[in-house]
Amino acid sequence: MTDIQTIRSTLESLRSDAEIRLGVVSDLETLAEVERSILGKRSPLAGLGAALKDLAASERAEAGKALQQTRQALSDLARQVRDELARRDAQRRLVEERLDLSEIACGWRRPPLAASSRSAGHLHLVTQTRDELEDTFVSMGFNVVEGPEVETDWYNFEALNMPPDHPARGMWDTLYLRLGTPETVLLRTHTSPVQVRLMSKGDLPIYSVMPGRCYRRDTPDARHLPVFHQIEGLVVDEGITFGDMAGVIDVFTEAFFGEGMHSRLRPSFFPFTEPSAEFEVTCPICAGSGCRTCSGSGWIELGGCGMVDPNVFAATGIDPERYSGFAFGFGIDRLAQVRTSLADMRALLDNDVRFLSQF
Amino acid sequence: MRAPLSWLRDYAPLDAPTERIAETLSGLGLVVESVETVGEGIGDVVVAKVLDIRRHPDADRIRIVDVDAGDGNALQIICGAWNFDVGDLVPLAPVGAVLPGDFKISKRKMRGEVSNGMLCSPAELELNYLGGSDGLLVLPEGSAAPGVPLAEALGVHPDVVFDIDVTPNRPDALCMAGIARDLAAALGEKWSWPSTPVPGTPDPRVAVAPLSVDAGEICPRFCATVIEDVPGGPSPLWMSRRLTLAGMRPISGIVDVSNYVMLDVGQPNHAYDLDRLGGAGLSVRRGRDGETVRTLDGMVRHVGPEDCVICDADGSPVGIGGVMGAASAEIDDATRRVLLECAYFDPNAIARTGKRLGLGSEARTRFERGVDPELAGRALERFVGLLGTLDGGDKVRFGATAEYRDPVHTPAAPVVGLRTARVNSLLGTSLSDDEVEELLTPLGFAVEGTGEGRASVTVPTWRLECSREIDLVEEVARMLGYGRIARTLPPSRKRTGAVRSAVADQRRRLRGVLVGAGFDEAWTTTFISPADLDAVGVGPAGVQVDNPLDASESILRPSLLSGMLRALRYNNDRQADDLALFEIGRVFQAPSGDANLPVEEERLGVAIALPRSAGRDGPVEAAVRTWVLIADALRLQDPVIAGEPAAGLHPGRAGRIGAGGVNLGVVGEVAGEVSAAYGLAGRVGWLDISLDALVGVARRDRRAQEVSRFPAADIDLAFVVPDAVAASTVAATLRMGGLQGAGGSAGGGAPGHTPPSAPLGGESPVESVTLIDVYHSPELGEARRGLTFRVRLRATDRTLDDSEISQVRESMIHGVARLGAQLRS
Repeated sequence: MTDIQTIRSTLESLRSDAEIRLGVVSDLETLAEVERSILGKRSPLAGLGAALKDLAASERAEAGKALQQTRQALSDLARQVRDELARRDAQRRLVEERLDLSEIACGWRRPPLAASSRSAGHLHLVTQTRDELEDTFVSMGFNVVEGPEVETDWYNFEALNMPPDHPARGMWDTLYLRLGTPETVLLRTHTSPVQVRLMSKGDLPIYSVMPGRCYRRDTPDARHLPVFHQIEGLVVDEGITFGDMAGVIDVFTEAFFGEGMHSRLRPSFFPFTEPSAEFEVTCPICAGSGCRTCSGSGWIELGGCGMVDPNVFAATGIDPERYSGFAFGFGIDRLAQVRTSLADMRALLDNDVRFLSQF
Repeated sequence: MRAPLSWLRDYAPLDAPTERIAETLSGLGLVVESVETVGEGIGDVVVAKVLDIRRHPDADRIRIVDVDAGDGNALQIICGAWNFDVGDLVPLAPVGAVLPGDFKISKRKMRGEVSNGMLCSPAELELNYLGGSDGLLVLPEGSAAPGVPLAEALGVHPDVVFDIDVTPNRPDALCMAGIARDLAAALGEKWSWPSTPVPGTPDPRVAVAPLSVDAGEICPRFCATVIEDVPGGPSPLWMSRRLTLAGMRPISGIVDVSNYVMLDVGQPNHAYDLDRLGGAGLSVRRGRDGETVRTLDGMVRHVGPEDCVICDADGSPVGIGGVMGAASAEIDDATRRVLLECAYFDPNAIARTGKRLGLGSEARTRFERGVDPELAGRALERFVGLLGTLDGGDKVRFGATAEYRDPVHTPAAPVVGLRTARVNSLLGTSLSDDEVEELLTPLGFAVEGTGEGRASVTVPTWRLECSREIDLVEEVARMLGYGRIARTLPPSRKRTGAVRSAVADQRRRLRGVLVGAGFDEAWTTTFISPADLDAVGVGPAGVQVDNPLDASESILRPSLLSGMLRALRYNNDRQADDLALFEIGRVFQAPSGDANLPVEEERLGVAIALPRSAGRDGPVEAAVRTWVLIADALRLQDPVIAGEPAAGLHPGRAGRIGAGGVNLGVVGEVAGEVSAAYGLAGRVGWLDISLDALVGVARRDRRAQEVSRFPAADIDLAFVVPDAVAASTVAATLRMGGLQGAGGSAGGGAPGHTPPSAPLGGESPVESVTLIDVYHSPELGEARRGLTFRVRLRATDRTLDDSEISQVRESMIHGVARLGAQLRS
């Protein structure tokens, strides 16, 4: 038969004993052992807990509380000891493993990966595609311009002829940032805000392409990534026509995809261009004879284009009666996917070296 | 939008081959995503009458059925369906028939009993509007004689369905009438409203619904008609079939007619059960603060003064205008009296309401893009006319239409000025005034020449979005055909040579260097999780995404580290442990000061994990060597590396790097607990450089240096150096010939690790300093190590003699002694 006094004195002695044992622990392994013996399932403390049921109901609560306090105090102490040991361990490692990095820099020059079995590395497929695109456009007389990935609503939508509540905004599922007024700062859904920045600078004429990363609130699947890359082209000059747009796209198609590859336009809709078009190019896989990639049509839908809408000129301070222009854009990742017959675009983000080293 | 060809033909002949129609639609911007041929493959199926049903002697789940296929004889069929009785009319696919999906029917034995064909379910015949696959299609009693082809009995004909992607600027093409109008114009055919069914005339005995509209800005047009003696029961088969082909499920006669009218002419409409309304009238007002409406989908919606609410005569809401009706006055099988609403709502108001309530509907889709404000009357006529085609529809009576029009807010047909010269200068065409007119007229535009190449164009009310000259230019181009506009190239006057930016060039150079050294380029996502933020130890700040797809993608990365560690892990999990990856991408920090955009910075991240057994260099050595390689390849001036703790890195194996006095980033080994958090067991080398900072760093002088023709003298100097003194500090002192102290001249306060950009004139003959050995031993004393340097001396104008060499050596030893290091004896 136990009583509360006995329990109290037992707890007291268990506690002082445990404190002494924890105090002399010098490594984490021993600590784990000691912790098990004082707090574990077979510890005297646990045994005492089981004995509580023999107490009178009036004393049981009090004894239970005392037991809990002791348990708490001991586990706190064990944690302190563990933290201290970890700190000491980190300190020891710091001293033992300390390296003067400049020793490496001052020593014999060796290739960084001499210790590895690798030979040449590989550029990411998206980079290779983007570089090729940039080179093609530079050779056609286009500058390469970049802009921020985080934009304001004004650059991404409003200046592009999409006032708030415009239903066309639904064409882009937008990721907003928790900055400023809600839904004013966002991850650009397309590279078009760079156009706005370029036109707002007023440095005419403009013959530029704008590659970069874009974002949409889309669940990733085989053909879509929420983080992707686009390249967009913009021409603003006097006397630019729809025919010029069709001509430039066709020249690009042949320069990029190779001789005998063609483009065609069909009407579409974008709020920031009018007339707007979608452009298709000869399927690069079957060269137009029809295959699975192009669903037998011989054509691949590549991107959108159109004549700059007068409202966009107005928003950027350009006189639409004097200047005209066109814009076009398409997905770099998508193009890479088509050209390599890549079944699932998500492979682009996995960074599996067996995939990366194929290109 | 799914458009059956047979339905489009209500409006124009459209008898061109299917491919031509599909091409024409796409060419008009009504892009055809797919063309589906339906109703084929049932030509061999006939109506059969069930004569007898018997148990199969050897099977429980199939039965033996005798049918009469028209010749009066009993034909034995084995059948697994149980939903029919003797005397029923069912479809029979006789032996030799080919069903949809190229399914050939042959004579076969099933558990010993012969089956001379197959009795079919709606699904097997691809007649899904008539039911599914859980039983046979049973025809109404007496609807056809045995032996009659099923297609004839059902009125089903082969059809073609175009699935059309309608862009947001073409609300007029969200109906058959609109699609047919474009098609007819492009094919040079005449378009007209169908002449049947004839709507009849209003019955003066039927009440006219009293209307009161108190929100004319949102709802400037409202029409309502009372219809009585509405038949119950389903819609006729032809209507069910058209609805099904258009992608809608047939529900009941009235509901089907309502949907049919919307798909047919483009007018969303709403049929209320008049007997469930509080009186025959409707009122339209703005919602009130705190008001709720329980919509047809069963959800309780909170409306406010921005929204338009339709109320019954008692003032109770019976619908959210232009979006969805309320559950309270929903029609059902018992409905006999209907109050029909056809209205026009302001697109912006509907877009706002729909977005705020998160409520999508066919009505919202149409109203927020813009419905023809003058369509309501036509739609009402069409509705009552079609109601007449229902079984018992001949008894339908309807009253005169109550109409409301807000003359200020009802959009009028725009009149737009159009210059032929403008058309030609934007398109690069040379169209005449007449040609422009001929292209626009078939679409309903009224073109009136005003002389000098100008015209005044009245836009049809179904194309209200064509309110500017440029919109008409697009219509001209569309009707002309984009492919018929000659391709030219820009005039390219006043153009300078095209360039990539310095940033882009530098990026390319860097990539080239790294790929040459064996690194693979990775691309990781811009998003990280809050746990990543903790794990890489870059603090609680971070730019948060307000509406992430997933909490694990809720923060814009402030560093490339977590993404790269994850990429290493991905490969580790696939048994790859020899990894050297790099990424170039943007990282983000919270905006500074009053700016509202975050600070974006382009950085290079290099992550290296090597197999344990690999040679002397570990990942951290490889990371440092990568920095040395980059500094050399980019000809950075005075590159430095200074031991210093950095977030996420092992405190004893981290260093700040810089060049030309500019801080560029960090190099080192990823802290053990950080790599462990990403499930990486081995050590990881890490190099992180700001490309934005790098582009501004001074490069080594491009002027050519003469190389000496004279022989070099190498001297090896072994020092005992306190751990606190970096090898680079000793090297810098040696490089200065020992003349200067701690090499304080190098950028960033830390000594450089490559020779200065110019030789030290005649005074210093030091060509290079290389650390050739590091020696650790307790004999060297507490916190000290041995460093052996090889100094190569060479003069440009002579061979150095022994006394000169000895002098330099002494000077070096003295110089290094001032750092607290002694020559090892």
